[in-house]
Parts: sequence; structure tokens; C-alpha cells
Amino acid sequence: MSPHLGPNVAQDVSELVEYHFMVNALLAGAIVAVTAGVAGWLMVLRAEAFAGHTLSVMAFPGASAAALAGIPAAWGYYAACALAALAIGRTGSLRGGRTPAPRGEAAAGIALVQAAALAAGFLFLSLYGGVLGDLESDLFGTFLGVSDERLITLLVVGAAVLAVLAAIARPLVFASVDPDVAAAHGVRVRALGSVFLLALGLAVAAASQVTGALLVFSLLVGPAASAQALTSRPLASLVLTVALGLIVAWVGLGVSYFSTYPAGFFIATASCLVYVLARLLAGLRSRRGGPRARLPAAEPAPGEVLA
Amino acid sequence: MSTSGATPAFELRAASVRLGGTTVWSELSASVARGEFVALLGANGSGKSTLLRVLLGALALSAGSADVLGAAPGRSARAVGYLPQRRAFDSGTRLRGRDIVRLGLDGDRYGLPLPGRRASAAARARVAEAIELVGASAYAGRAIGEASGGEQQRLLIAQALVRKPDLLLLDEPLDGLDLPSQAAVAALVAHISRSHGMAVLLVAHDVNPLLPYLDRVIYLAGGRAVEGTVEEVITAETLSELHGVPIEVLRASDGRLVVVGAPDPPAHHHDRHNRAGAGAAAHSGAHAH
Repeated sequence: MSPHLGPNVAQDVSELVEYHFMVNALLAGAIVAVTAGVAGWLMVLRAEAFAGHTLSVMAFPGASAAALAGIPAAWGYYAACALAALAIGRTGSLRGGRTPAPRGEAAAGIALVQAAALAAGFLFLSLYGGVLGDLESDLFGTFLGVSDERLITLLVVGAAVLAVLAAIARPLVFASVDPDVAAAHGVRVRALGSVFLLALGLAVAAASQVTGALLVFSLLVGPAASAQALTSRPLASLVLTVALGLIVAWVGLGVSYFSTYPAGFFIATASCLVYVLARLLAGLRSRRGGPRARLPAAEPAPGEVLA
Repeated sequence: MSTSGATPAFELRAASVRLGGTTVWSELSASVARGEFVALLGANGSGKSTLLRVLLGALALSAGSADVLGAAPGRSARAVGYLPQRRAFDSGTRLRGRDIVRLGLDGDRYGLPLPGRRASAAARARVAEAIELVGASAYAGRAIGEASGGEQQRLLIAQALVRKPDLLLLDEPLDGLDLPSQAAVAALVAHISRSHGMAVLLVAHDVNPLLPYLDRVIYLAGGRAVEGTVEEVITAETLSELHGVPIEVLRASDGRLVVVGAPDPPAHHHDRHNRAGAGAAAHSGAHAH
């Protein structure tokens, strides 16, 4: 039977989960939403979207290198992302010192990593001499072909990324918002930045299995930026990020099943929609509160004698 | 925290620092006793922040020795509170003031805080106490990026205080604040130093907001340092000798010191002095360098 989106949502959902491949796709979407959500939340906090974008284009060198080596494209992607993450981390430390490079300098380093990786991708492709298979699904994502084996790989990678991020969460946040004081407290600011990039690279590679390489940002940035717009409480915004990510991934995959278009399109659209709504809501809230009464600087501190 | 103890909060003996082949200062000896409130003064580039980095253990001496709280610099990091020279937080930083203060307490720990009720309640209480102490309770729940410069500075002082340090190093905490905020933050730091017996070394551009509170000053110029009370150090003789050019020190009727002729770029904060009204005419030298 051909998939048909009916008015009865419960029936639509039960139709979705009748198929093993669709259950696998939804599970993969969930793993990816959680992993990319948490990694993306930290990425947004660190303002490292450019590094994240560079990691997402590693799909091309990764896939072409994998084709050349005769291994599955996903493995090439994981390896290319990890290598690029290490390279970006190294460009940051070329100048020495313990604190991060100024943003402009860091961006130049990242841009060069991106250019070098794309160049390598073209080289691998010429050496391979063939045409990359599954190009469209690599770029735009698919709900098809999430095998049990692939699902388990995703689960392992996702769990590893989350475990690493949980372990370094506090010093990483400290190093992100307050590098000087963090360094004075003995936090290894540079090293943590590199470890985070590596985890981010793996999260990006995992997420692209579902969203496609071009639209990986929809799960990486959308939910995290929406949540951070809505609340500045760290735990609440992290939980909200994961919840929004799950909604975006599942709605995108579900709608994609009933249509003829790639999953990544719907996931990206849902993600943008969520972000726009979050921004509108945040704007509405701050307007209703009026220009927030600046706390009078005259609020006397204990022992204050001059003001 | 200990207020007694014969060991000074820090002591530098014949200390020298070279950075990139240039000697920043040499043969520098200075110390601050426990509970003392001392300002570190000097022109731009005289090595004030460098001295703080030495005390933090982030920079090694090329000669001489340094003790911080009776140990080598950096060894007693948990007992040293540090407020770096900085610009404001990005307005998009989506963390609350309270979270920034909390990072000062246990932000260097790996792993997630276990929801062990007692420990985390104690940590929250400690954070609330530090915020209360600086009078920031009313806005600690808002995103740090939304706070004004003065509010952010109070929260950052709370962050530096949250571990109840024995030595507080503040790098230009008054920079970028309007005059009332400068006065308020100076009073706050003095109050904390007195009430908690905490040694404070405060890097400043302008000594005037600090005048009512300072125990002593350390003045850096020309690779050397002079320490003593304000009356001893901020004098025409001492400063002329340090800088090697004639310098005049005038005292306004309200007690403010005006240093004339110091070889330093012109003051960049005229507007602040103008807003203050009194002393506006003396802007060109209303800071002690």
C-alpha cells in the first residue's frame, strides 16, 4: 500500500511503526536528536557554529576517501570529522599559550581546514574515478537504509559522545564563557576545546546519517538556539533542547515517510520553524515585561558608603 | 579563612620578569600582608597585569622568588580569587549571573554534580551568600549578558569571592564603570577585605575612588616599584624620581589627588569626570600615573 497521511494522527503513527525500517529510522532520529542537541547546545554557547559547519562538510572528503578505500561511507565520515576536529584544535594552538586564539584568527584557521579538506575530497574522487553512490541521501538524508547494524553504531557513537560531554561539561562551560578565570582555576582551556571539537565532530557525523550532511545544522543549531532564546537556566535549556530536537527529528521523519521528499528537508524546515517561534515568543515575553527595570545601580551594597 | 599567620599574603623578592626578550620589571620586591587592601598603580604597560600573572602562577620569574600564601605561585590556587581585566560579557551569553558565580566555586570539576542533596544545597547556599555579599541578589537570576557593566562587575567579584579566598587579585575592576559605580565597587571591596580579613591587591588606573580605603599602594614605573602609603608614594619627589621626569602632585580641596606631567597617554575617560562635576577641570591628571 502507498503511504497516505490521513486526518487520524494515531492511525498515521501506527502505520509508521508497522515497518521495521521506519522504527529504525525513528530510533536513529532519537539518538541523533539527543546527541546533536547536547553537542549543539555547547556549540551555540561557545559560538563555534563555523567549526560545526566545517565538520559537517567533511561528508564529502569522508565519503570520497571511503569510496577510494572501499569502506562504507559512514566510516569515512566519522574518520574525516574526527581528523578535521583535531586539525581545527591544532590550528588554535599553533600560536602557543593556554588561552584560546582570538575569534578572527580561529576562524581563519577553520576556513583553511575546510578548504584543505574539500580539496582532498576532490583529489580522492578523481583517484577513485567513479561516481559517489547515494549522493542524494548523503547530502539530504533519508529514512531508508538505517540497518540494525548502523543503528547500533549510532547508539555507540552517541553514548560515547554524551559520556565525554557529561564528563567535561562543567570545566568546558567555564572555559567557554570565562576562559581567563577558568585557566586561573587550573582548567585546561585549550585541551578541553579540542576534546569538545572531537565530540562535536562525531555528533555531526552521526546526525548527518539521518539529516544528510548539508542539513546537519538543523539538529545541531535549531533546537539549541531556540532553547537558549527561551531560557537562560542551563538545565532547563538543555532539557528543552533535547525535547525540541526529538520533536523536530520525529516530525521530520514522519512527514517524510508520507511524502516523496528527503527527510532532511522536513527536519530542517521544522527546525527553522521552531527557532522562529522561539524567537517570537522570547520577543513577545520581553515586550510584555516592558523594558526590564534595570536594577537601580543605587541598590546599596552592604557597607557601601559612597554611591 | 585565616586572618592570622605570620606569612604574608604574597611576597616578591628581587623578582624579575622577561617577556619576549624584554624585561618588564626587575629586582622588584613587594609584599602584602594578610587582610591588607593594597592598590597596584602604574602607567599602561608598566607590568601590573604581569605581576598578577606571576602571582597566579601563570608566568614564571626570570630571577628572584615569589611566595603566595606561603607556597609557590599557583600551588594555592584555591585560596586565591582572581578577577581578570576584561570587557563585558557578550550580550548573547545565555547563562544567569548565578551560574557564572557557581562556575567560580566548582566549575573546574570534571563530571556532573551528583544530585547528592547536602553537597549541592551547600554549594547553592555558598553561591547565594557570595551574591548577597556583593548586593547582586536582585539580578543574579537574569542572563549575565543582560546585566549592566556595574552589575556584571559585582557578579564577577562574587565569583572571585565564592571560594572564600585569602588573597583577592582584581585587575582593573573599576575600569569602564561610571563614577558612582566605581565608588560603590571600591567601597564594597574595602568592606569585604575588612570584614573577612582578606588581602586584596587591586590594579587601578585612578587611585582617587580608592583613597578612603587603601592601606598601601604599590606603584610600578620604569621597571621598578615603590611601595608605601598613598602619602609616601604619590608625591612629586617619588613619582619624579620613578619616571625620571618632573611630576607635580596636587591635592584638591576634596582630597582628590591630581598628578600632572606623568608620561602617559592622555586620559581617555573625560566624560566620566565631567559627569562627576567636581574635579572636571582636573581631568588631565585625576589619575595617579
